[in-house]
Amino acid sequence: MAENSNNIGGADSSGAQAARSASWSAIMIGGMKKGSDMAESENTKIHPTPNLDQLEDGPWPSFVTGLKRLRDAKDQQYAPMMNDLMGQLEHSYDKRLGFWKGGTVSVFGYGGGIIPRFSEVADLFPASKEFHTLRVMPPAGNHYDSTVMRQICDIWERHGSGLIAFHGQTGNIMFQGATTENTQKAFDELNEIGFDLGGAGPCLRTAMSCVGAARCEMSNFDEQRALRGIINEYLDEIHRPALPYKIKFKFSGCPNDCVNSIQRADFAVIGTWRDDMKVNQEEVKAYVDRVGRKYMIDSVISMCPTRALSLNDDDTLEVDNKSCVRCMHCLNVMPKALSPGDDKGVSILIGGKRALKVGDLMGTLVIPFMKLDTDEDHEKLVEFAGEIIDFFAENALEHERVGETIDRIGLPAFLDAVGLDPDPNMVNHPRTSCYVRTDDFTEEADKYFERKKAEEDSETVAAE
Amino acid sequence: MSESEQPRRPIECGVPDPKQYMHPLMVKNYGSWDWHERPRPGVLHHTAKSGDEIWTVRAGTQRQMDLTTIRKLCDIADEYSDGHFRFTTRSNIEYPLSSEDKVQPLIDKLTEEGFPVGGTGNSVSMISHTQGWLHCDIPGTDASGVVKSLMDKMHAEFIKEEMPNRVRITTSCCQVNCGGQGDIAINVQYTKPPRINHDMVSNVCERPAVVARCPVAAIRPAMVNGKPSLEVDEKKCVCCGACYPPCPPMQINGADSTKIAIWVGGKHSNARSKPTFHKLVVANLPNNPPRWPEVEEIVMKILYAYKDNAKDWERMGEWIERIGWPRFFELTDLAFTKHHLDTWTGARHTMNASTHIHF
Repeated sequence: MAENSNNIGGADSSGAQAARSASWSAIMIGGMKKGSDMAESENTKIHPTPNLDQLEDGPWPSFVTGLKRLRDAKDQQYAPMMNDLMGQLEHSYDKRLGFWKGGTVSVFGYGGGIIPRFSEVADLFPASKEFHTLRVMPPAGNHYDSTVMRQICDIWERHGSGLIAFHGQTGNIMFQGATTENTQKAFDELNEIGFDLGGAGPCLRTAMSCVGAARCEMSNFDEQRALRGIINEYLDEIHRPALPYKIKFKFSGCPNDCVNSIQRADFAVIGTWRDDMKVNQEEVKAYVDRVGRKYMIDSVISMCPTRALSLNDDDTLEVDNKSCVRCMHCLNVMPKALSPGDDKGVSILIGGKRALKVGDLMGTLVIPFMKLDTDEDHEKLVEFAGEIIDFFAENALEHERVGETIDRIGLPAFLDAVGLDPDPNMVNHPRTSCYVRTDDFTEEADKYFERKKAEEDSETVAAE
Repeated sequence: MSESEQPRRPIECGVPDPKQYMHPLMVKNYGSWDWHERPRPGVLHHTAKSGDEIWTVRAGTQRQMDLTTIRKLCDIADEYSDGHFRFTTRSNIEYPLSSEDKVQPLIDKLTEEGFPVGGTGNSVSMISHTQGWLHCDIPGTDASGVVKSLMDKMHAEFIKEEMPNRVRITTSCCQVNCGGQGDIAINVQYTKPPRINHDMVSNVCERPAVVARCPVAAIRPAMVNGKPSLEVDEKKCVCCGACYPPCPPMQINGADSTKIAIWVGGKHSNARSKPTFHKLVVANLPNNPPRWPEVEEIVMKILYAYKDNAKDWERMGEWIERIGWPRFFELTDLAFTKHHLDTWTGARHTMNASTHIHF
């Protein structure tokens, strides 16, 4: 990095930094008072960042070092912007307050996908007064190659700040820092190489999937196909926000739920299987031999939440598959010995979200199992997603998540609205409150037995 | 307007197909993997049903990356993984390798370039975090700085797999909690009701929407100094900050009133126990940039209490479930107060309705 005579941050002692920082503030304020032309020339000077400088030490990669590289790339269009950005960030560290406000910025043809940011301290830091984020949907599973990544970098070098987050909490690539004018340019070029904007505002949001089938033996469905199937069908709901509030989809290949879908997604698709788990008894024995019987009993057998495991006297494993809830613990501990079964599919949970406004909600299981093998299965999933989006659009109050809508109207009304039947897998236990009108209980029970019979008949047909 | 001046219409191409970027061994064995092992921290070795093998080296990144860093990661991919890589949900980079002999050279290269290799198995992985002062419009702190500070401290636990089970930590810069649930969550907790700039409310805020946003119905319309504005019943206000995003003149942050709270025992996996939300253990820690030493100290104390006392495969919340909350507060030297007693909807379900007591 070229030494810059104005760079008074860096490796100086903190006392010297503090003194210089104070005098620098005086210069800045003095400069601003003389008028805007003065601010222009001051703008080329590097803001001192005594607080941020302290985040360059230590073994973890430093985002501050990266910001400085962008600031010091003198031949790049973003250098002045990043100098002022660092100035504003340092100002935040100093004042312990944020200084961005929202606004309205979008690209032609879309209503969402850009997070507008205008500086509230643009008089001090004019070059970063517009610092918008483009939310861009990554390839499902976050796979890249260096060719496309370099194209991404080149585009952002021309039109953006040079700062990108991989990835935001909803799963977007966050291109952080474009002027209003350059937002469109950056999007146009990203769009030309096959990338599209994600969701922002009251709309369908960008989705996330685990690595899944691409590299994990626990995967129970094609996560990446399921994600693209749903999201790419309902792109209009992403690009033109028109829903009561946000709605998020996440896809995890197994109940380990690596993308945190139960807690964070309105619509969670989680892989599972309904036949017996696979046991390689030779590998079980090898494992017991390696870790010892006590460890096997303490750490595998006793940790089974439904007491479905038993260690035989010959160190093979007995599994009560009817009691197993596919929690994944034993498979996680012994991945070479134990595997998911063959009859794979997905469970769907609806309504997960964080605190705002009724409090935290986990997703509620509404579809215990559906197959997801054939084109028809995938179409059914896409259709059901549409059903949920429609239900949300028509029934949620403004700024209400679908989980809150379900709380407000009750699960029975929700199931009725989206065409699902009650199932004992949906509850931890049946109701404990007696305040319910049950005069049609017998008819409902008859329907239950009819459904059971129809399921059994279809399974018999399938088996034949 | 001439035709050349027509704005470009977007191509609504949606989510890109990942297979065009995926390592060929992943495409070939897609959905047909058999088992895996972890030969050392930071390395996964997967074997497909076809017999093909793939090695993955995982390394931590700073998430907020400059172009030089990203291009460096590309250079490394070109040299070791035929140009392929992916990111985990916790912003770690993963390089897929087609042969074992590339593993050690890649580890050496990543280490040399300052990317810690680890984050696999029972380690402390990268903290998932939010935008903070760098870019958010409502932040109480700077997640990137908190995370950098904490990951510096926890680096040794990232590059090893010596925790009882995986530790997933999150940070969030406001009570919206975009960082999500965690074994340990470090979240902004406001302590004062919003300060209202009455001159701006009627120009900036859609008042009925703001009134509707309050979870405790503490906001009502009011005329202040002859202008339509809003007022807050400060006795009712829970200082959640929900009114601030739709109405920026209701400033919730204050240099001294924005504090940090630590929560523990969130878990998203279904392994063993069902998923759980994190629970409050300490509030009112100072929001103290650039290194947040008070937060660091308590996080490390909780982390090592867990490491030293939990049984293998117990997650943070499961460990506490076993030893009981009294012992947890004892082991971490933290106080149990009336603020730990939930008062929200469903709170009674969080109370002990039994004589199961830990002594």
